Amino acid sequence: MNYQQRLDRTFFALVDPTRRAILAQLQRSSASVGQLAEPFAIKLPAVMKHLDVLADAGLISRKKSGRTVTVRLRALPLRQAMAWLSRYERFWSGSLDRLAAYAEREETDSHSEEG
Amino acid sequence: MTSLTLVRRIKARPSIVFDALTTADGMVQWWGPDNGPVLIAESDPRKGGSFRVRFRKIDDGTEYETIGKFLDFIRPERVVMSWRWKDGIVDPGESRVEIVLRPVSEGTEITLLHSLLHDEESRSSHEAGWMGALDKLVARFPEAADDAVSGPPVPPGRSVPPALVS
Repeated sequence: MNYQQRLDRTFFALVDPTRRAILAQLQRSSASVGQLAEPFAIKLPAVMKHLDVLADAGLISRKKSGRTVTVRLRALPLRQAMAWLSRYERFWSGSLDRLAAYAEREETDSHSEEG
Repeated sequence: MTSLTLVRRIKARPSIVFDALTTADGMVQWWGPDNGPVLIAESDPRKGGSFRVRFRKIDDGTEYETIGKFLDFIRPERVVMSWRWKDGIVDPGESRVEIVLRPVSEGTEITLLHSLLHDEESRSSHEAGWMGALDKLVARFPEAADDAVSGPPVPPGRSVPPALVS
């Protein structure tokens, strides 16, 4: 998978509020699948599907010991997605400040030309 | 959070804001995250037209160049640009910037959406002669080379994906 595809998967995984809530819970500590399912009004198979999406995006790892599957957060894809977002946020917040200042000057100038 | 969305209100008419966004005369005034100079601004402001902007960041003096194409162009309502960094140094992927302009009482409200460029658009823009086909990007980008615009430039020796320009 290349960089773009990895980012795409990460962003896709993060669209869903249930998956974001699962990640938020895992940020506090690793948990079993049953513990993760608890706060949600959905059935275990549905939770498993969400976990598959998160695992595909590399956002979690699952480890089986006996009858318990322990789920852990893997931070790298999330960091990459955050870096992508903050990079463009910095670019655009600076650029749009200057764009606004320039367009507003142009607007004022066009009035004074008319007047 | 599939993408970055920013909303701004500007005290100027949509046509003025649109031209500021899309023409070389406009781009040279604002392109770049800080007050560093824009060194080159070229634009062919129409659907299918290309743009190229080179700027220098003021804090570390590094130069960056962005290249793209107007995928959609409806003056003064909406513009969609493809976007990539020359040499892939900042971000090896291709992305998409959509800006919608809405007239409001004090001027214009712009909504900017910066997201990854999806395959379909990438393909169609490629067919239209755009040279940024992502499938040419064979080299896997190193995991660590993930610094933002403000980060250090890629040091010599570190592998950088080949330029997409063929």
